[in-house]
Amino acid sequence: MKKFLEIKNVTKRFGDFKAIDSITMDVSQNEIHAICGENGAGKSTLMKTLSGVYPSGTYEGEFHFEGKLCQFKDIKDSEKSGIVIIHQELTLIPELSIMENIFLGNEMQSGNVVNWSEQKKSALQLMKLVGLTEKPETLVVDLGIGQQQLIEIAKALSKNSKILILDEPTAALNEIESQKLLDLLKKLRNNGLTAMIISHKLNEIIEVCDRVTIIRDGKKIETLDVSAELDQGRIIKGMVGRSMDDIYPQKTHSISTDNILEVKDLTVLNPETGRPRLEKVNFHLKKGEVVGIGGLMGAGRTELALTIFGNMYGKVVSGEILVNGKKIDFSTVKKAMSEGIAYVSEDRKKYGLVLDDTLAKNMSLATLDEISTRHVIDKNQEQQQALDYKEQLNMRITSINQLASSLSGGNQQKIVLAKWLLANPEILILDEPTRGIDVGAKQEIYQIINELSKQGKSIILISSEMPELIGISDRVYVMNEGRIIKELSENINAEIIMEAIVKDKKGDL
Amino acid sequence: MKKILNSSLKQYSMLFALIILFLAFGALTGWVNVTPMNISNMIVQNAYILILAIGMLLVIITGNIDLSVGSIVGFTGAIAGVLMINMGLPTFLVVGICLVVGVIIGMFHGYFIAYKEVPAFIVTLAGMMIFRGLTMFILNGQTLAPFPDVFQKIATGFVLSDLSVGPFNLLTIIVMVCMTLIIIFTEIKKIKNSPLEFKEPSGIVMTRVAITLVVLNFIMFSLAKYNGIPVVFIVFIAIILLYSFFMNNITYGRHIYAIGGNYEAAEMSGIHNKRIIFAVYANMGLMAALSGMIVAARLNAATPQAGNMFELDAIAACYIGGASANGGKGTIIGAIIGGLIMATLNNGMSIMGVGVDIQQTVKGVVLLIAVLFDLKSRTKKS
Repeated sequence: MKKFLEIKNVTKRFGDFKAIDSITMDVSQNEIHAICGENGAGKSTLMKTLSGVYPSGTYEGEFHFEGKLCQFKDIKDSEKSGIVIIHQELTLIPELSIMENIFLGNEMQSGNVVNWSEQKKSALQLMKLVGLTEKPETLVVDLGIGQQQLIEIAKALSKNSKILILDEPTAALNEIESQKLLDLLKKLRNNGLTAMIISHKLNEIIEVCDRVTIIRDGKKIETLDVSAELDQGRIIKGMVGRSMDDIYPQKTHSISTDNILEVKDLTVLNPETGRPRLEKVNFHLKKGEVVGIGGLMGAGRTELALTIFGNMYGKVVSGEILVNGKKIDFSTVKKAMSEGIAYVSEDRKKYGLVLDDTLAKNMSLATLDEISTRHVIDKNQEQQQALDYKEQLNMRITSINQLASSLSGGNQQKIVLAKWLLANPEILILDEPTRGIDVGAKQEIYQIINELSKQGKSIILISSEMPELIGISDRVYVMNEGRIIKELSENINAEIIMEAIVKDKKGDL
Repeated sequence: MKKILNSSLKQYSMLFALIILFLAFGALTGWVNVTPMNISNMIVQNAYILILAIGMLLVIITGNIDLSVGSIVGFTGAIAGVLMINMGLPTFLVVGICLVVGVIIGMFHGYFIAYKEVPAFIVTLAGMMIFRGLTMFILNGQTLAPFPDVFQKIATGFVLSDLSVGPFNLLTIIVMVCMTLIIIFTEIKKIKNSPLEFKEPSGIVMTRVAITLVVLNFIMFSLAKYNGIPVVFIVFIAIILLYSFFMNNITYGRHIYAIGGNYEAAEMSGIHNKRIIFAVYANMGLMAALSGMIVAARLNAATPQAGNMFELDAIAACYIGGASANGGKGTIIGAIIGGLIMATLNNGMSIMGVGVDIQQTVKGVVLLIAVLFDLKSRTKKS
């Protein structure tokens, strides 16, 4: 195969720190090439260098695309030559339509006037290609995240991209949506597309990619051909520099027979539409137990968690919540916290962290009263507890007084976790606790969960990753469309869960 | 190490700017501006803007704005005028009433902003028009004067100005010595107590303390040589100390920063965001009323135009002092320094005989440059 994209000895420095260190690799035409590595390994930096986010001259080394030396000044420049990047955080504008988003900044014009009919025609073609069946006029705000991801791809294709760079394309998607996306990528490859994918989901890499390049600490470790024989363990070994036999720790939970939490007939209305979002939800959690809640994105799992954690979602029309057999008042976050409930959100940047504050301040935010006398904060205690948790959770940080915005995903997650562990909760609700973080940090989070459960804490784990859900939970509830549709306590496996969801669907998908 | 150095330097860059600006005007005006009388006058003339800036800083940290403060200044001054001059009520009762009125106006704004979620810009723009209108209505478009002597003393009085040793006011000298000792003592305590990774290099600490002491002692020395400590200066220093402590060491202060830094995350941490924002506006009302009293006392009159555009000076002081327009950032000391930079510009240009037109223009340019500088140093870091 001809070398389509060639990267030669590229090094990018931030001060003294080399984010990527003389990386040399190539991508062939018409292949899907995965970039693997732990968080902070330098994957995103590499992609940003390729796509002109870091302009030519700010890095060392060079790269050639279609045989030509590339010296991009900005993203626009790289897009012009056919390299298009789709970032992990989607960049669509919610209040504009699908069509407008696809052609944003790239409008089809006659003179300086947008040619709507032409644009609509092209939009329909692109949408058909990526498998979107909505009207082109539909506003993006009304679409799910899976569909939004497809719009991003359509947008990229509209720019005549020759090579598509996808940063964690399936991180926010559920299994069905992910599969749809992977199928689309395979289809596009057959049509001649070249792509580079950053992903933490190794099974997906094996399914869809031709080759995988592994980087660690900014350096390229190896490039492997992907074949049926290549197993995940092999890739992980390259990523972490050690082999990981079992990323799910042995369960050592001490489950009591008493229910610590019971939710009875909980029905909650969506605050925007006024329609029921949760319908007669019943479940219980035993002391020391890890209960998983599985389901598709939008099944109502986060809404359930938010309702339990201080009625933060919608209007509760019926139902009650019992902690240790006693009915509780869960009308505010403070009240839920005083019942020993804590909630670690799926969106740590939006709901978990004050990014411009220090780590120590972030950790103490929910429990300031406990380190204060007459509302005066004991700052030494604040520092000390932050140092303790830095140690306990094995945070890789330079100082507890650095800003939260400077951390990678895994470490940010640990900060949020520390914040809630400081509240010493009896019931800890973890909403997608390992989303977008690397394998090493994931395993550490699993061990923390295990340890907490051993101490008699009870945990509700909301997760879209089936192996995780199954590997960690003692019991699993499956949710769909705002209802709990199945409870599994033995022989939990992905097929049963998927089957329950698929059969529950009432016609439309 | 390098990081600590940078952050320390940045923190003090505005103070340096203030000192340099002050010295520059000194050189341009033949050092008229460093005379004890001018220093004393600068404090008395600007105290109310600085008090407003403190209230405004809290509002800005929550990510909001308050355009109504100038009108509240005028309104409370007008009420004071009517109650004291027309109705002859006792001075201190009237001051108390006016402060309560300020708080109620602040609560009125806070209610709509926090609980009804009407954008702060709109609510306080409405407040600005409403209370300016009411000021004119109450005063019938006329100016009321004069106020009783006791009231005037708030703005123009000095504490124990007769007690002096040679050319110096005794009390001022005592306060000056005490203040110096307290600052040195607390710095030593801070160094002893701070955990290792907090530690600043001793050179920086020394420089910082030295500069602070020189500036403060210069001010106190000037006051001692003139009439002693102005009453407003005491009010003003008390407010600075109180609010600095509140923002740095009290849980609610931390809540204010968290709300501005990330509203949702604060809410999810069990903070009562709405109550805090409501309280921040109530406090702004209080500060505006206090400022209204000082302005009225200084003018010795209640006028329909009192406090006009003060909100803009207060907002500018906060931004020049490093507060972020997005919320979550800013310090009391920063806002004070920002306010003093504006004051130095006003004062220096007035001495030079520059017209109000040019003064206004220069202040606008300085605001823009200061914010630009701040943004630039911030993006460089990331």
